[in-house]
Amino acid sequence: MSEQPTHLPAQINLALVGVGGQGTILASNVLAELGMRAGYDVKKAEVHGMSQRGGSVVSHVRWAPLVHSPIIPAGGADVLVAFEKMEAARYAALLRPGGTVLVNDYAIEPITVITGGAHYPDDAEIESLFAGARLVWVHGARVADELGNKHVANVVLLGALSTLLGLPETEWAAVLDRRVKAAHVEINHRAFAAGRDELAARSVS
Amino acid sequence: MRRLLSGNEAIARAAWEAGAVVGAGYPGTPSTEILEEFAPYPDVYAEWSPNEKVALDVAIGAAYAGRRAFATMKHVGLNVAADSFWSVAMTGVEAGLVVVSADDPSLHSSQNEQDNRFFARWARVPCLDPADAQDCHDLMVAAFDLSERFDTPVLLRPTTRVCHTSSPVEVGELRRSMPVPPAYVRNTAKYDMAPANARARRPALERRIGELAEFAETFPFNVAERRDSSLGIVASGVAYHYAREVFPEASILKLGMVYPLPRRLVADFAASVERLVVLEELDPFVEDQLRLMGIRLHEPAVPPIYPQTKSVFPLIGELDPVSVRRAAVAAGLLPSPEQGEQPAAGPAEAVPAQPAERHTLPTLLPLVAVDIAPRPPSLCPGCPHRSSFYVLHKLGVTVNGDIGCYTLGMAKPLEALHTAGCMGASIGVAHGGARAGDPGRHVAVIGDSTFFHSGIPALLNVLYNRSNVVTVIMDNRITGMTGHQDNPGTGHTLQRQETVEVDIEQIVRALGFPPERVATIPSYDVKALEKQLKAWLAQDGPAVLITQQECALLPAAKAAYLPLSVTDHCNGCTICFRIGCPAILKSEELDARTHRPLALIDPVLCTGCEICAQVCPRDAILFKSQVPSHV
Repeated sequence: MSEQPTHLPAQINLALVGVGGQGTILASNVLAELGMRAGYDVKKAEVHGMSQRGGSVVSHVRWAPLVHSPIIPAGGADVLVAFEKMEAARYAALLRPGGTVLVNDYAIEPITVITGGAHYPDDAEIESLFAGARLVWVHGARVADELGNKHVANVVLLGALSTLLGLPETEWAAVLDRRVKAAHVEINHRAFAAGRDELAARSVS
Repeated sequence: MRRLLSGNEAIARAAWEAGAVVGAGYPGTPSTEILEEFAPYPDVYAEWSPNEKVALDVAIGAAYAGRRAFATMKHVGLNVAADSFWSVAMTGVEAGLVVVSADDPSLHSSQNEQDNRFFARWARVPCLDPADAQDCHDLMVAAFDLSERFDTPVLLRPTTRVCHTSSPVEVGELRRSMPVPPAYVRNTAKYDMAPANARARRPALERRIGELAEFAETFPFNVAERRDSSLGIVASGVAYHYAREVFPEASILKLGMVYPLPRRLVADFAASVERLVVLEELDPFVEDQLRLMGIRLHEPAVPPIYPQTKSVFPLIGELDPVSVRRAAVAAGLLPSPEQGEQPAAGPAEAVPAQPAERHTLPTLLPLVAVDIAPRPPSLCPGCPHRSSFYVLHKLGVTVNGDIGCYTLGMAKPLEALHTAGCMGASIGVAHGGARAGDPGRHVAVIGDSTFFHSGIPALLNVLYNRSNVVTVIMDNRITGMTGHQDNPGTGHTLQRQETVEVDIEQIVRALGFPPERVATIPSYDVKALEKQLKAWLAQDGPAVLITQQECALLPAAKAAYLPLSVTDHCNGCTICFRIGCPAILKSEELDARTHRPLALIDPVLCTGCEICAQVCPRDAILFKSQVPSHV
């Protein structure tokens, strides 16, 4: 599409993590297409887990003039987007020092915690993993609930992420519209805007 | 035109552009999406066959009939189809035939890590190894041409990372129009492999692979990229991109065709660089061939873990830039990180140009020890398999399992399975244990699609060779684990045509099981399952229980979700936790007398399958009929 805008960084590595069923893959599809429209070479890599739902999901999106490895190396992600907070902890090593992690303030307890007595880390433990980085809690689940559709939490997170990436909102809207079902376009726009507000409010407070 | 495509989407697109008329396969991660993407293209026929052997035979049949065709499967699927693969390697084809078999390094969703490039060498068939989605597209088109030019099937072997990575792909807009033969060719010397014909045909394989090796010298996807001559890397598959990322200055011989090798091209490249290494995932397939050619490879400073196999890079598991860099440092190909410069951390508030990666390991966040619970995949809330595993575990029998979502029945707390090897193995393995004289009863557990795949002959064997195996066919009305593909039991084809809905109970009866030894029970009915299994286990002789309930993730099932709730009758006895449902949580509230956590149902996850309500000894979980309707 357009040439790569000069005000954007030369390359960006985005890691998205969550639990199967949370819309991690949809969010990474949006980011891959967005990068391509912005003139970058892109690669988007994901591994489909064993079961339909409930497993840990990670997706790597890389934007650069020329992308080689589909996988972001440890310490190579500029931004980590976590749709579930323990998954932020699991993949903390992907984030580079000085990078940003957006964490959905939402827990999904795995069966190992419910019946096996495994440990679900508390918020302070999660935060301790990101010393040397910038951690931002995003109330994605709560905001989505308030909008009346818990499934749009992923788009709330994308709205928050958009404030970090410096692409025009119209670009995001165009890609979102193509990627979501027609019936859900309106609620996704509201979720996206709410996510932007979440972060705007945060930087003021 | 450039489109953002996954490797699998690119293969499907290329098949259509190349004029392929028939695509057949069996679902298997990471190959499944190829046929799903191919099926909607105009003027094509695509099918899910019952198994990979049938799929390959279907594609072979089309190619014999002079129409371009391909078969898709995961790596282990080619084991099932190996007989057909070898047979078509012998006969050759009338029109292009491509076998797409996707390997799964790191076993993301597989039971083994076999390197299928060996299949190609074994059967004297050319093997193409794509590095990314563009390669998937270009090599798939090239594969059809190669197949016809050299009268051979061609093996296209992507890996999980290539199949499931999306990147911009330059695609063609037009579909090639291929000539159709006027009549079916009768050429028994070539297509009827009776021993006399096969013996006469045998040297053709060796001639063919020799001609292909000559062709490989100028194959446009074998490319020598000349950069610094101090290090040369022979690379194929996704490992090519790790080579580019970790060794940006090195010269690289990128092999699009890994069998047969272009010997002169390889030798010339080797002679042009000071040090030579091979960078490939899994087995030393290319490396061994280079050694046989007498080419000297770089000897690592520190020997690798398995020095008898690959010289520098890891043998086991998927590679990535970090593992490649680490191995390169150990081998003396890169300076150790202390000697290199460290990339500086960027400013915290803005995003974030990362300095170009250099010959160093990246700096990491400080390591903090936090205990993080594992999140293994588990049977979904509402999964109709859960009740059978709960009952089997309770009965304490030996359970031989199979490949599908129900392989997860081995995990805590259900812990029902003893074995799970490969597609269709459950029934034969159970029969073998029983006939060997194992005193415990054996129960085989198999899904509907797996039963159609390779369970039927094994069940026939139970009856014919008279063991007392009890077989449970868990019919969830779909091929579940690979993401809901149709099968002979669903009433629909891959191209969404209505078709016969094969009745499993009728098949079982037709094999000769007496009526009192076959039953179909709704999967969620815990009491009925337990009663039937107990009765059969108390008697000698084989029996077949079909548990039937559609997968809880199918649209019709989802439409009927109705979350249950726990009443104050709950005393924290914990029995409902034993079904291993992710929707049943331990609440923070403790029972006053037992001091154990009360059960809590997550209304977002609960489907209302009522398995928990049935096992609750205190009737503390409301059934759907008791749940107050929502306002």
